[in-house]
Amino acid sequence: MGAEDAAPAGRPATLTLPADVPALQALLATQGYIAGRELATTLFLALKLQRPLFLEGEPGTGKTEIARALSAALGRRLIRLQCHEGLDLAGAAYEWNYGRQMLEIRLAEAQGRADASLGQSLFDRRFLLERPLLQALEGDGPGTPPPVLLVDELDRADEPFEAYLLEVLGEFQLTIPELGTVRAAQPPLVVLTSNRSREVHDAVRRRCLYHWVDYPDAALERQILARRVPEAPAALSAQVVAFVQMLREMDLAKRPGISETIDWVRALLAMDAVSLDPATLQDTLGVLLKGQDDLARVRGTEAQRMLDRLRALPAA
Amino acid sequence: MQAGHLADNVMHFGRVLRHAGLPVGSDRIALALQALQATGLEDRESLRAVLAATLLDRHASRPMFDQAFDLFWRDPDFEGHMHRLLLPRVDVPRSPRPGLSENRRLAEALFPTAPTPPAPPQDAQTMTVTWTANAREVLQRADFATMSTDEWRQAAQALAALRWLFEPLPSRRRRAAPEGAGARLDFRRTLQASARQGGEGVWPRWSQPAVRPAPVLMLVDISGSMSRYSRVALHLAHALARGGPLECFVFGTRLTRITRWLRDRDPDHALSQIENAVRDWSGGTRIGENLHAFHREWAGRTLSGRSTVLLISDGLETGDPQTLREGLGAEMARLRRRCRRLLWLNPLLRYDAFAPVAGGIRTMLPHVDALLPVHNLDSLKALAQTLGQGPQGPQGPRPRPFSSPVTPPITPP
Repeated sequence: MGAEDAAPAGRPATLTLPADVPALQALLATQGYIAGRELATTLFLALKLQRPLFLEGEPGTGKTEIARALSAALGRRLIRLQCHEGLDLAGAAYEWNYGRQMLEIRLAEAQGRADASLGQSLFDRRFLLERPLLQALEGDGPGTPPPVLLVDELDRADEPFEAYLLEVLGEFQLTIPELGTVRAAQPPLVVLTSNRSREVHDAVRRRCLYHWVDYPDAALERQILARRVPEAPAALSAQVVAFVQMLREMDLAKRPGISETIDWVRALLAMDAVSLDPATLQDTLGVLLKGQDDLARVRGTEAQRMLDRLRALPAA
Repeated sequence: MQAGHLADNVMHFGRVLRHAGLPVGSDRIALALQALQATGLEDRESLRAVLAATLLDRHASRPMFDQAFDLFWRDPDFEGHMHRLLLPRVDVPRSPRPGLSENRRLAEALFPTAPTPPAPPQDAQTMTVTWTANAREVLQRADFATMSTDEWRQAAQALAALRWLFEPLPSRRRRAAPEGAGARLDFRRTLQASARQGGEGVWPRWSQPAVRPAPVLMLVDISGSMSRYSRVALHLAHALARGGPLECFVFGTRLTRITRWLRDRDPDHALSQIENAVRDWSGGTRIGENLHAFHREWAGRTLSGRSTVLLISDGLETGDPQTLREGLGAEMARLRRRCRRLLWLNPLLRYDAFAPVAGGIRTMLPHVDALLPVHNLDSLKALAQTLGQGPQGPQGPRPRPFSSPVTPPITPP
């Protein structure tokens, strides 16, 4: 999901931060992200105080999008580390290129160079594969702003990885036994996200600034739709938002998030719908609701009831 | 650090939150003051935003924070006062405390009462008990419900001393292992070994998947019909919690999570804290509703595909078959789908003549993997065995199960 409007061409990387919270909100708006007051305050503080940011929320509420918008708005490179169970040092920080190292050994043997000093030349920078954490610490060089490091879905990684991440985030440095310690010249902006499938450890939370990303309210959702799907007629968007807000009040297993709303509007446009009618609703409900139990509940009479309620509402 | 009353008030506010139970350390308060300097103050809402960003670390604390904030910074002429950096007025009513509904802790934090004096220490009592083999056998088979206080104390100790086994499950991490079945070549260590010898000869090193204990999740029914066995179940939870990853919930008329109190080393202290916190002891039974609440709020965070679920309940839920099937049956099916194994511990099995006739029991039975007794120490021993072995799968070389109180090995990254 990139910016839909014409962003200022090639936004130059800048070391200067926005002056205050409204300036940051305006900056994010140029990238198509509408941030509420509290979220913008937390982002601003994370930038100013150089603390990592921990975003928690239900899936589909746009946490990853925040990091993308932030990096695009500030003109910084986005480095993404997708967490999964079993993610370890080799996948997250660095790994030695064993294939090339073994080739080097073979070469050295063939050329008669194999001696004790081979051990040292084997562990040289050219044989090191840099993974996201190391890339984020090294940055792009002096004079360029530090990158934005997105550690996505931290709740999928296990506890030993969290402990390791905490070490790295504490001092923004990382030790490679064969080479030494790598320190970040400028600390990157770190954004951690979690879908709460597991409680992330207290130590990580204490290190970060915390923000709970909630579902948007009706006004904000309409604004987001206007930004992201500008070709949708206003009446359709209003109906869609009202319907989704009603859905979120219900006791569903998985409530639809803002990404589902955007997908739904796009789906409706693809089916040439200008307003919500029962047939189109039944056909496209699978875009909003992703579980059989939820679909069974809402399909049929429930959906009809909600449409009637929608029509009874005064025009927004 | 900004001098003046604002800093004092923020510190006082942080202390109020801490006394109300939120983990607000002095480092966070310092961070809050730093943040206020960085953003400047415009209005009440920006103050709220800054304090929320710096003092909170989880979503569950938000309602308490909002209430405390509204009470604490309540001056109507807030902006004016902020600009003059004067002390904001906090109206302390002389009359009874404001209606804070269930936020007793917050009320106590804002209006602290005199601290209660600590209870006088009990004299340690030493009892010498000579155990004959006969007495011990009798204790193993005795039903918990019929025990006297002394017998119960002995049984609780025996329960705590049982070895609780957690089934070992392979994880995605790898650890060093000798060559053998299931071992994969470990390039990094192989190369390091080779490099140490100047590249002469590559001696292969192997790795195997590391194992970790399967988490256990307990759902304990504490309604009236279960009252005699609730205590047993909680002692069981405490013993299990010391041996491996355990989540525990109790339910009667509503669902409460009690995992954090089980971390206390002393089982009696843990149980007394639980008793204070849980309100619906010996009330009515609503298994289906509580399972629904569990799925809605907690299952996403605490239940994984590796979990073994222990459901301790007598299953006596009333209702006509249709409602039961759609409510309780559907929730049980959902629970079974989300976990690895669902074990039902039912104290009604103490009756030899037990047969699943009651509606609730018949609805629940098809969805569980095993229906096990829980009424005496022998049955708990059998449970320990079942937990450690795991569901009967293809027999092969299995790693040893994790046992309490030895902590399972932690694989370094």
